[in-house]
Amino acid sequence: MELLIKNGILYDPANSVNGEEVEICIKDGKVVEKINQRKAEIIDASDMLVMPGGVDIHSHIAGPKVNAGRLLCPEDHRTRVRCAECFRNCEIKSPITRSGTGCAVPSVFTTGHIYSGMGYTTVIEPASPPLKTLHTHEELNDIPLIDKACFLLFGNNWLVMDYIKEGRIEECAAYVGWVLRSVKGYAIKIVCPGGVESWGWGGNVHSMDDHVPYFDVTPRDIVRGLCKVNQLLNLPHTIHVHTINLGTPGNYRYLIETMDCVRDLQVEDEPVIHMTHCQFNSYGGVDWRSLSSKADEVAKYVNAHNHVTIDMGQIIFTQTVTMTGDGPFEYLLHQISGNKWMNTDLEVESGGGLVPIRYNRKNYVHAVMWTIGLELALLVKDPWRVFFSTDHPNGGPFINYPKVFAWLMSKKARDKVTKRLPRLARVRSNITSIDREYDFYELAIITRSATAKALKLQNKGHLGLGADADVSIYDLNPKEVDPSVDYKQVGKALFKTAYTIKGGEIVAKKGVIKKCKSGITFWVNPQVTEELNSSIMPELTEKFRDYYTINLQNYGVPENMLIDQQAIEVKSKV
Amino acid sequence: MECEKGLKVSEDVVCPFCGCLCDDIKVTFQDDEITRLANSCAISIAKFQHYKEDRIPSPLIRENGQSSSVSLEEAVKETSKILVNARYPLLYGWSSTSCEALKVGIELAEELGGVIDNTTTTCHGPTILGVQDVGESTCTLGEVKHRADLVVYWGSNPVHAHPRHLTRYTLTPKGKFRAARKDRVLVVIDVRKTSTARQADCFIQVEPNKDYELLSALRMAIKFEEIEQVIVAGIPKEQIEELADLLISCQFGVIFFGLGLTMSSGKERNIEAALSLVRDLNRKTKFNIMPMRGHFNVTGANKVTTWQTGFPYAVDLTKGYPSYNPGATTALDILNRGECDAVLIVASDPLAHAPKTAVQNLLKIPVITIDPRISLTSLIAKVAIPTALVGIEAEGVAYRMDGIPKILKKITNPPAGFVSDVEVLKMILKEVRKQKGAS
Repeated sequence: MELLIKNGILYDPANSVNGEEVEICIKDGKVVEKINQRKAEIIDASDMLVMPGGVDIHSHIAGPKVNAGRLLCPEDHRTRVRCAECFRNCEIKSPITRSGTGCAVPSVFTTGHIYSGMGYTTVIEPASPPLKTLHTHEELNDIPLIDKACFLLFGNNWLVMDYIKEGRIEECAAYVGWVLRSVKGYAIKIVCPGGVESWGWGGNVHSMDDHVPYFDVTPRDIVRGLCKVNQLLNLPHTIHVHTINLGTPGNYRYLIETMDCVRDLQVEDEPVIHMTHCQFNSYGGVDWRSLSSKADEVAKYVNAHNHVTIDMGQIIFTQTVTMTGDGPFEYLLHQISGNKWMNTDLEVESGGGLVPIRYNRKNYVHAVMWTIGLELALLVKDPWRVFFSTDHPNGGPFINYPKVFAWLMSKKARDKVTKRLPRLARVRSNITSIDREYDFYELAIITRSATAKALKLQNKGHLGLGADADVSIYDLNPKEVDPSVDYKQVGKALFKTAYTIKGGEIVAKKGVIKKCKSGITFWVNPQVTEELNSSIMPELTEKFRDYYTINLQNYGVPENMLIDQQAIEVKSKV
Repeated sequence: MECEKGLKVSEDVVCPFCGCLCDDIKVTFQDDEITRLANSCAISIAKFQHYKEDRIPSPLIRENGQSSSVSLEEAVKETSKILVNARYPLLYGWSSTSCEALKVGIELAEELGGVIDNTTTTCHGPTILGVQDVGESTCTLGEVKHRADLVVYWGSNPVHAHPRHLTRYTLTPKGKFRAARKDRVLVVIDVRKTSTARQADCFIQVEPNKDYELLSALRMAIKFEEIEQVIVAGIPKEQIEELADLLISCQFGVIFFGLGLTMSSGKERNIEAALSLVRDLNRKTKFNIMPMRGHFNVTGANKVTTWQTGFPYAVDLTKGYPSYNPGATTALDILNRGECDAVLIVASDPLAHAPKTAVQNLLKIPVITIDPRISLTSLIAKVAIPTALVGIEAEGVAYRMDGIPKILKKITNPPAGFVSDVEVLKMILKEVRKQKGAS
């Protein structure tokens, strides 16, 4: 099938295309140099904004914890949700699409439909416990229209902590590689290193040098150890870290300390650590009363050090469900909010929790949180190192992304919210003093190009020759519209694409799904030397028998469980 | 593994019986006969050894009280005709089959505009309602094995229903921090002295239907509030306070509860109280709670329905989108009121278990069963389609009671002409679409 996109105004930062009228030729799902124009289907994108398909690096869309959220919150499935054409309380089945419900935790089909309608074509599930990753893959299989991958939780894994304590980093790398290969994961995710293991006893870690009970390692050891493992395995993405003391006043120090603890491991100016949803970790003050924004300090550090990338974790004033592998944090949130609480401890590997929450503009703490996410995005100078995220659904459902785009692109839009915030929140943050406004080029970077680059998905996030033909075309003329003034129009246009093209086919028009197809699941296959691999197996077999309640042979996800997949082979250094 | 001639050994087989999904079963075949089973419990042995018995020989259609054998295609056609002509079809069962089958089932319910419900409705439905109200602090069974020094069974009798639960996960296994039985305290709360209670360090005999009172008293006692009654639920106040002390003095406690709590008077209110007790206990120590799920994939049935529709059971798809209203859209209530006009039952036997009015109404309408074995329901069914046994003759994913997914194995071939229920349901879905397109 051939497709020609004519006259569109393209923003493709990876290829330094900044708002130029370019013809895009598509054949067999790839961008090619030229096609037979008489045969091809032609899309006239005159006066339209064209970008590569969106790449969301951190969005909880599938897996045991997300499903627990759906179970816990039936109320989320009755309120504002999307139907085929407009907002209603459901998505009705159509001849080509399945039905669904939900907003903060939508059901699987609806997740794919909304994302695709917004122009996103690749979405990463950032926290899956290896033991339950078969569940994650079952859900990912069911999500249509987007390519996907999942990160695996390692920060509280008993075997990893054993290896790190004994200083056996190479064996640890072989083990991590084995897990990634067995359960088909994409990267190493660290959530509250050591803290979730302590939560197994009802405790937590509070500094980078606290000892994890019975394991004699510290969060610092775990982060450094896994960072080295990541380098040894040569994995495409860096370690993806949700650090300790998330969501507590004064925690920006731990964020900076975590980033700094792997500074010496950097080689050749490449990033070695990604700090995720930094908004939740950029708080100043000593208690909730004195909470303030320390986004400036965090941004200062990020601007001065190129071994780190971050994402925002912006919040939106709306009803949502928080869900994280950070069990102790969710308990804290339950105690603060009094809302219903779900806790899910998982043997050997991790844990997790959920608490529904409503972010309230009038609440001083929530207002400060709102300013921090935006400040981070606006104060970090290099858009290639600060990615867009709301940590869906923790900061807010992904359906609200366009609202955040408008805030980033327009000071006027921000001021409109800021002036209605509690005065204390305005005083304790810097948002009013920041004049920076993102342009479409920078927006394309933080939502597509930079995230694809960080994931090293070479065919994603750009539209150069050979790239995957994932394109989003919005009905918005970037040459005429001034986003800083017409932010409402921008937000509205970015909510529904005029066309979403996935793998060279038009899958959505005006936000309505026109064709349903499955997406690819990416996973990495790290190739470790045969000797090292076989040397860990006897010990692994023994520990597995002692630690787990399932047999080694029944662990893992066979390739035939993934409908559409692409293994990324990486040559490891060990 | 092929050894001697005709001898075949399958290792690490997952047992498709209860929510424990033990995955260390070793099955030895001699010429298609199971000759040895290792690591199996009594129930599992029965399931494996008698897997060939009580099977429906071929698809059956019953007319005027007479069953006649038909081909699978004919049975599928007849099934589809019944379903397409029904105005309010009910698709029920799903807990003793694979997740793959349920996925097709949900698509079929959506296509038909019917209700899909699983057996949760008759067992842990109240648990789900309780969780939706107050949340749940839970964990996997491995956490219990390694950490728990206090194990409470409330209204459940694992020695009979989940025979390896105590030995494999909770009471006697060797964990990292708990080496043996002596490191753990077992408390059993039940209305009678069950076999599990005989192993307990502390047995509390609660008066029938008084669980809510006892839970409320315990919630007070752990907060050191005064209980004004001398005896609550048949138990002296002092004993309740002792139990409360035991609960808050442990390092890692866990409560397992069964139908004794969900299906006695109070239902979801009992569960809410139990979940709240555990939530409150987390202020004092570390505590978790877990329902003892019965059918091997009832957990999976809830999970799949939740991720595909947003709701765990009792999903009404008549409006073209999922809606959920337990009490209105639950299978038993629909049957009790006689609302549905056709029922498709997959791997369940409601005729044997449902209340009288539901059964009477079931007898008035066309019933289709998709089940490997003869059941009471299959005997009255208009169409009965036999299938391969999941976990023995067919593969599929199932979820353990704590949500850990496992792949059930195919260890032998089904009888000639038998296919899995996934295949049968796919055929029905295709035929339904064809018939709908034609009409």
